[in-house]
Amino acid sequence: MRQKVMITLCGLAAALLARNLYVILLRLPDEAAQGAIYRIIFFHLPSWFTSFTAYVLAGVASILYLVKKDTRYDAFAVSVTEIGTVFTGMGLVTGMIWARVIWGIWWTWDPRLTWAFICWLVYAGYLMLRRATEDPTARARNSAVLSIFAFTTVIITYKAIDWWRTQHPGAVLSFRTGGGKIDPAMEAMIYWNWLALMLLAAVLVMVRMKQEHVQGEIEALRRHAHAL
Amino acid sequence: MTFLRQSLTMAAKDLRAELRTKEAINASVAFALVILLLFSFAFDPTAEQTREMSGGLLWIVFAFAGALILNRSFARELPNDCLDALVASPVSGAALFFGKCLANAILLLAVEFISLPVFGVFYNVWWTQRFWPLMHVLVLATWRLTVIGTMFRALTVNLRLREMMLPVLVYPMVIPALMAAMQLTTVLMAGEAIGADNLIWLRLLAGFDIIFTALGLVLVETVLVG
Amino acid sequence: MSAVAAEGVWKFYGDFPALRDISFQVEPGACLALLGRNGAGKTTLLRILAGLSRAARGRVTVYGKDAREQETRQRIGILGHGIGIYDELSAFENLRLFGKLYGLKDPRGTALEWLERVGLERVKDSPVREFSRGMRQRLAVARAFLHGPSVLLLDEPFTALDDRAIAILQQLLVKARGEQRTILLSTHQLREALELSTQVVLLSRGRVAYRGERTAEMVADPGWLYRQYGE
Repeated sequence: MRQKVMITLCGLAAALLARNLYVILLRLPDEAAQGAIYRIIFFHLPSWFTSFTAYVLAGVASILYLVKKDTRYDAFAVSVTEIGTVFTGMGLVTGMIWARVIWGIWWTWDPRLTWAFICWLVYAGYLMLRRATEDPTARARNSAVLSIFAFTTVIITYKAIDWWRTQHPGAVLSFRTGGGKIDPAMEAMIYWNWLALMLLAAVLVMVRMKQEHVQGEIEALRRHAHAL
Repeated sequence: MTFLRQSLTMAAKDLRAELRTKEAINASVAFALVILLLFSFAFDPTAEQTREMSGGLLWIVFAFAGALILNRSFARELPNDCLDALVASPVSGAALFFGKCLANAILLLAVEFISLPVFGVFYNVWWTQRFWPLMHVLVLATWRLTVIGTMFRALTVNLRLREMMLPVLVYPMVIPALMAAMQLTTVLMAGEAIGADNLIWLRLLAGFDIIFTALGLVLVETVLVG
Repeated sequence: MSAVAAEGVWKFYGDFPALRDISFQVEPGACLALLGRNGAGKTTLLRILAGLSRAARGRVTVYGKDAREQETRQRIGILGHGIGIYDELSAFENLRLFGKLYGLKDPRGTALEWLERVGLERVKDSPVREFSRGMRQRLAVARAFLHGPSVLLLDEPFTALDDRAIAILQQLLVKARGEQRTILLSTHQLREALELSTQVVLLSRGRVAYRGERTAEMVADPGWLYRQYGE
């Protein structure tokens, strides 16, 4: 059953991505000021949205774990955080490529970029903490607490373009600006590609959760063996 | 015993233990002074350069000095299983946490107060121009370093690799506070007031101090009780 | 009401059960010897009773209240593997600190009184760092008994002590029994511990393998119980 769901999602994601790529590369016109490179926004923004969603879910799962102590919440939290971190990396890289073309530099320490980088560092730290903690109960508990602290950086990263004057472009999407800053077809494509990436992320999370489950079983067996 | 009294007892205990051995504070002060002096000697910055980098230099020094102090704070609880004795006592986890934060903040502020005059002398900076705003920034940023450091120390106290994990976890989380402190300090050292542009940094500093302290007080018990 | 009660306690390390369905009761004034091999779960159980750890399932109560509540922690005295004493502070400062943490009316006076009882009054202002091992252990015992706990949880208390400390501890435990305080001590098979006890619980691989009165046979031949019920 689970296999079927994963394969279906995978298929949907692939189909949607293929369709999106077709539209992005062949159908949509070039942007007025930026030329062709602007198309990277169709991966840049969705990557960040996907990773932020992942971190929100991780935060919620962490709180639920602390309250209910069910290890499945912990498994979900780590899976979702790992996938989120990957998408954050993608977000950073796509941003850097765009910056190199448009601004001529790979990086600058403007508030938005700095906070985005911190966000990535903080969740990388979460993954390292999990690596370093051997006892599964302590691992779950401590990383849940860390996840709650780490989430504050997500909030600030998101609001950075509102709170500071940044070199990073300001808000363009309608839900933040009330409309008028971006072509509707382009805006729609951003959401379509976000959907594609979310489907992909969902599949990856499911795979990762299965890994967590099996890992837990192996650890339990290992401890049984030691006890004997 | 009330929360406040418990916290103060814990803080007093930490301060007394530290002042008895002076390990952390000696190391911190030595480190801070050496870096400040070396930097002045190596780069011999002009007045203009000093003005631009004062915040950055000072807070890098304070951050690392703070790390030395924080390392000692929970490390002192580990030999002899003292942490167990504390957690088993009627002291609440929050009071334990808050007391440690107070003690660490006081120690770090002491290091900072020793460093500032030295900085003033060797870099020819009139650092008392905007004294009270500077004090505000000092206290707010020091508190943030302390709260995050103490909280994450509690998180990693039982890990094998705790010495390595602590910097990895703490520095990304405190970079925001350091950035704010650096920016504000540079402005204040140059004799200017904190303008509208920089107010966001001050708000962030104060706002997240409150949020992190609250989170710490609520979550620390979970972390301390296995 | 029983002084200490465990109902269906389970503790997991990940998926591995360190304690499985532990249930027992200890009446006020009783002395329970917790037996078991290394890894059977004695320390884990004592830590849960002391409020240092949480049970994954089941309940642990002391005089009807949860182990983590402040009231409960107030009436428990613990002596674990580590002595729970600060090396940098003096003997007096250590006891006064714990006196304050336990809300004693006169931390100074009580600290001085206990220093005398364990024979450390002459070195009361020296830092614990300079103490010999036996002296530290006596100070640890003072710390555990300082606040007049009605329940004492001792994890292998006789194992690490020197002769003088053993004598002092035995004296204190006998006195505690007389004062109707409840004692739980984990032990391997030591005669001293068994002699003091009224009840015995044997843990084997996380389960209660035997629970009952302490008999004269057990004192005479401590290994008997293991042969009967343990592995």
